[in-house]
Amino acid sequence: MELFAETWHYLLDADNWSGGGGFVARLLEQLLLTATALVAAMLLGLPLALWLGHVGRGGFLAVNVSNVGRAVPTFALLALLVAADWPGSADFGPYGRAGLATLIALVLFALPPLITNGYVAMREVPKDVLEAADGMGMSEGQRFWRVELPLALPVVASGVRLALVQVWATATIAALVAGPGLGRIITEGFARNDYAQGMAGAVVVALVALVLELAAATLQRAVDPMPQSPSPDRDDALSVRSATVTEAPTGG
Amino acid sequence: MTLLVSAAEPSCYSRFVNEWFCWQYVDDRRGQIIDALLEHVAITVAALLLGVLLAFPLALLARRHTRLESMVLGFSAGLYTIPSLALLPLLVPFTGLAPATVVIGLGLYALTILVRALLDGLRSVPDDVREAARGLGYGRARMLTRIELPLALPVAMAGLRVAAVSTIALTTVGTLVSYGGLGDLISHGVQRDFRAELMTAAVLCVVLALLLDVVLVVVQRVLTPWTQGAR
Repeated sequence: MELFAETWHYLLDADNWSGGGGFVARLLEQLLLTATALVAAMLLGLPLALWLGHVGRGGFLAVNVSNVGRAVPTFALLALLVAADWPGSADFGPYGRAGLATLIALVLFALPPLITNGYVAMREVPKDVLEAADGMGMSEGQRFWRVELPLALPVVASGVRLALVQVWATATIAALVAGPGLGRIITEGFARNDYAQGMAGAVVVALVALVLELAAATLQRAVDPMPQSPSPDRDDALSVRSATVTEAPTGG
Repeated sequence: MTLLVSAAEPSCYSRFVNEWFCWQYVDDRRGQIIDALLEHVAITVAALLLGVLLAFPLALLARRHTRLESMVLGFSAGLYTIPSLALLPLLVPFTGLAPATVVIGLGLYALTILVRALLDGLRSVPDDVREAARGLGYGRARMLTRIELPLALPVAMAGLRVAAVSTIALTTVGTLVSYGGLGDLISHGVQRDFRAELMTAAVLCVVLALLLDVVLVVVQRVLTPWTQGAR
């Protein structure tokens, strides 16, 4: 268990945190990647999913896109994108080497949970509430913005949370194909048989993942219009009902 | 041998052609591909078995004790947020660079899905069915094996399918400790810019996931014949 002591020393050494390949630079790189990909996927996926749920069409597609996403290994897709002529492994602004290929893969893997949850969220708004809204003389637009969307928000938010976890995991795997991000510290450590470095990288990646997840859970609770609701699928950590269907690591 | 072939006519996987789909490659490296495929299947099956074996007692215990249940669910929610590429290094000090590292890591991921699925499944058993069984004189053990588990099976199997498909995909990450099955071919393909190898391994991964899913669906049909009319 000498390795634990070495890992600890590696983490305490300030030199490992500064500089081009240090923790800080890599962490910022991966956070930037994650944020960009998540925002892009939300802009692409959420309007589509909410609209499909609103009109009640394309349910088969919306639900099964998650199952397909789970079957495709993130590593394989990243590898294919990097080996292709476009987007390839070229530098992409602040996103670093193979930045564009990584971003595309991240967006693709963030979409399934967003679309599935967005669709399910809209469909789960109780029918009698919709009828009441119609009865009050709300227009379709009013009904969508004032009734459906607020009630759907917690489940939509849980989709965003799943997508965030997925994007963070995939961004880490990008390092296996020499992409940017914190995963590089892990893969470099393993490539040089410096397992303390590999472990240290893993510790940082795991800790940041937990912090992001906690932040997302807090955010999710904040957008719930009925925070005291005892309904099980409106709760976060014990989202048991949808858990087995949606809360599974997709191939990353 | 490769040299001879390229002298006559460059094969579709030579450096200069580097095609994505190349049957010649599959033909020439059949042994290597089959080895990787078998390793992939072995790691996946071992991880799933480990997950199932651990999930059963955990789910049964968690069902009896509410405190334990929230602990188990909280733990699995936390574990599932940790990226696979970070989980494997954290296991290396205990298991070294061995297939066991990958099997245990993926088994833990499968476990998080399976425990929830089993708990959901057991919860889906109607109370009046339990009461009827009790009225017929079923004891705890017989109730579990003859009534509750069979009725929980459809939900539990849905969880197993999710776990199986994602475990096939995650096995590729095992290449970090050089036991990634088809992932090793992908990794090598990236390093050498060898497109045929990369594409072949990627396609095989997806095919493998679909096949395993079909197998599990068939198993479920056989085990739960009563669900067929209901759909």
